[in-house]
Amino acid sequence: MNTSQTKDICTEEFLINMGPQHPSTHGVLSLELKLDGEMIRDCTAHIGYLHRSMEKLAENRTYTQFIPYTDRLDYVASMNNNMGYVMAVEKLLNLEISDRAKYIRVIAAELNRIASHLIAIGTFAQDLGAFATPLFYCFREREKIIDIFDQICGNRLTYNYMRIGGVQFDLPKGIDEKIKKFIKYMRSKVDDYDWLLTYNTIFLARSKHIGLLPKDLAINYSVSGPNLRASGVKWDLRKDEPYLVYEKLEFDIPVGENGDSWDRYKVRLEEIRQSLKIVEQALGALPEGDPTVKIGRIHKPSPSEIYLRTENPRGELGFFIISDGSAYPYRLKIRSPSFSNLAVLPELVKGLKIADIVCILGSLDILMGETDR
Amino acid sequence: MRTNEIFMAIKTDFPEARQEEETGAVIIPKESLLKITQYLKNHRLAFDNLHCITAIDRAERVELAYTLYSISEHHGITLKIYLTAGEENVASLAELWKSANWLEREVYDLFGVIFLNHPDLRRILNPYDWKGHPLRKSYSHPEVSIKPRL
Amino acid sequence: MAVTERIPASKLIQRIPGGGVFLTTSENIFKWGKASSLWPMTFGLACCAIEMIATGASRFDIDRFGAGVFRASPRQCDVMIIAGTICVKMNDCIQRLYAQMPEPKYVIAMGNCAISGGIFYYDTYSVTKGTDSLGIPVDVFIPGCPPRPENLLFGLMKLQEKIRNEKDADK
Repeated sequence: MNTSQTKDICTEEFLINMGPQHPSTHGVLSLELKLDGEMIRDCTAHIGYLHRSMEKLAENRTYTQFIPYTDRLDYVASMNNNMGYVMAVEKLLNLEISDRAKYIRVIAAELNRIASHLIAIGTFAQDLGAFATPLFYCFREREKIIDIFDQICGNRLTYNYMRIGGVQFDLPKGIDEKIKKFIKYMRSKVDDYDWLLTYNTIFLARSKHIGLLPKDLAINYSVSGPNLRASGVKWDLRKDEPYLVYEKLEFDIPVGENGDSWDRYKVRLEEIRQSLKIVEQALGALPEGDPTVKIGRIHKPSPSEIYLRTENPRGELGFFIISDGSAYPYRLKIRSPSFSNLAVLPELVKGLKIADIVCILGSLDILMGETDR
Repeated sequence: MRTNEIFMAIKTDFPEARQEEETGAVIIPKESLLKITQYLKNHRLAFDNLHCITAIDRAERVELAYTLYSISEHHGITLKIYLTAGEENVASLAELWKSANWLEREVYDLFGVIFLNHPDLRRILNPYDWKGHPLRKSYSHPEVSIKPRL
Repeated sequence: MAVTERIPASKLIQRIPGGGVFLTTSENIFKWGKASSLWPMTFGLACCAIEMIATGASRFDIDRFGAGVFRASPRQCDVMIIAGTICVKMNDCIQRLYAQMPEPKYVIAMGNCAISGGIFYYDTYSVTKGTDSLGIPVDVFIPGCPPRPENLLFGLMKLQEKIRNEKDADK
C-alpha cells in the first residue's frame, strides 16, 4: 500500500474520554485521547481527581499527627510510606533508632512491597483480559500478608505502624513462624505465576514490545522504581543509597532489557523473589531489644530543611520537610513516584491502539492516591 | 561527588552562585537558571535527573528548590532560587528535563509561580477554573473548617 | 439522562390471574430477587476501593450474597459503592454517574471519607464533606478507615434487608 492510499483511508480525528470512572485506569484518572480509527494520535492525562490537599494538611498537623495521612498516599504500600516519612522526620531531629526497630521496619516494608507487587501483577493481568483468575490468585496470597500485618498492628490496609523513633509495637509472639511459613508458601506461588502468566503466549503477545520506554527517556522523565529498572537502569536506592540495614542484607536488583510492558511485569515478579530473600535474612538476624518509642509525641525540630527519599514499591518516594522550630512543619512536600511515572504515559502510547493503553497503564502501576496527593 | 565539590565546580564557572549555610543548597539568581542548569546537565557533572521541584512561601519571598540527581555519577544537589514577592516568574526547564513539565505545572497550580516558555502551563491538581493558589500562606477558602491547634 | 419513567412492579404482576393473594406474595418474591442480585458499579475512588476489591476476591467472596457482578457501566448497575474520598474535582462525575444508573438504585457510602470527609474533614480545601452534601441519597453508611471486608458484607446485608422491607411497591 503506498502512502497516498494510506492517506485516503485515514478517518476523521475523534476525541474520546477515558475515565475518571473506568475499570482500567486504576483509580480516578482521566485520559483524553485523540484517535484516528483505533490508533492513538495524542493523549492528554488529566489528574487531580483525588487531590486531597495532603501538603496543606501537613502544615496544620504535628509531625506525629501526620503519620496516618501518609498511609493514605500510596494505600497499597502504607508501611513503606510510613517508613519514608518517619525516617525523614528522624533525619530532621537527628534521632537514632534501635537496631531491632530497623530490622522490623525492613521486614514490614518488604512484606508490603510483595503485597503491592501482587496487586500490580494481578490487576495488570486482569487488564490484559485474563479475567479474575490471576487477580484472585494474587489477592489470595496478599491476604496472607495482610493477616501478618493484622497481627502486628491491627489493621488491614492503613497500618499507621511506624513511629518517630521506632515502631508502635514489638512483633507479637509466634509471628516469625508465620512469616517463615509464608515465605515458603510464596516461593512456590511465584513459580506458579511464572508458569501461569510469564511465558503464556497470549500474555506475551499483549505485552511484549508494547510501550517501549528507552533508558534515556526514563531518566529524563524522572521515572523511578521497577519502571526505571525495566528499562535497563540498575538503580535502586536500597543498594545505591542504602538506608536502615539494607547494606547488611544480600539481594539482587532485577533489571529488564527492553523497557516494554512485559519487562516491567517481569521485574516486579523478580522483586517479589528478592523481597522474600530480604525478609528471610532480616528475620534470621533480628536482634533483641525494644523497638518501641521512648520519647514524647511532640517534636520541635530546630529550623532547618531536609530531603529524604526511600525506595517504595512504585519508585522513589521523597519527603521534603522544612521546619520553623514549632511542632508543625512549615512546609512538607511529597515527591511521589506515580506522579513522575504517569507523566511519561503520553510518550508511550502514541501510535498504538486503545487496548494497548490499558496494558501500558497496568504495567506502569500507577496509583492515584499519591499521584494527586 | 560531595555537595561542596559540586558547589566549587559551579562557583568557578558561575561566580554569582552562593551556598546556603544551613542546608548546603546552592542559591542562584533567577536570570542564570537556564545557563547553570544547561551546564549541570551537559557538563561532566551529568545531572540527568530533575527529581523534584518545590516551592516554599516565606511571605516576603517564594523560594524554589530544584532537587537534581545524577544516576550515572551517583550524586545530587539542591538548587535554590529566591523570587521576590510580586515577581514570581522564572524560566521553564521543560526543554532540558521533561519531568519539569508536570512538576512546574504543579508549582504553578499550588503557588502561582509563572514558568516562562513552558509548553503547557495549566493547573494540574485543582480544577482548571479554580481560584487562587492553595499552598500560599495567605490562601483562604470559605469552606475550610479549621481544626484547633494543640 | 436519568430514567424517570418506570413500570410499577405491581402492574406487571396484577396481570397474572389469581388476584390479590398472589400480589403480596409475588411482591415479596420480586423484592427477594432484587435484593439477591445487586450489581455494584466498578467504581473505586481511593483506599477503600482496595478493600472493595478484596471483598470481591476469593477470600471474602461477595458473590455469596449475589453482589459479585461488578459492572463497569453505571447503566447496568443497581448499587453504587462510594469507596473513598470524594474530591471537589470529582463531584460532577459522581452526580452524573448516579444519574446514569437506572432505577431502582441504591448507594452505599463506604468509609469515613464517603460519610463525612473523615480524616480529611478539617483543613482541606479540596475534599467534599460526604456523599450527602452532593445531593445523593445514601442507603447504608459503613464507618471505618477503611472498613474491613466483613463490614462491607454486613453493610450489603443491611441493604438487602432494607430492600426486602421496602413499603413502596413501585420502587
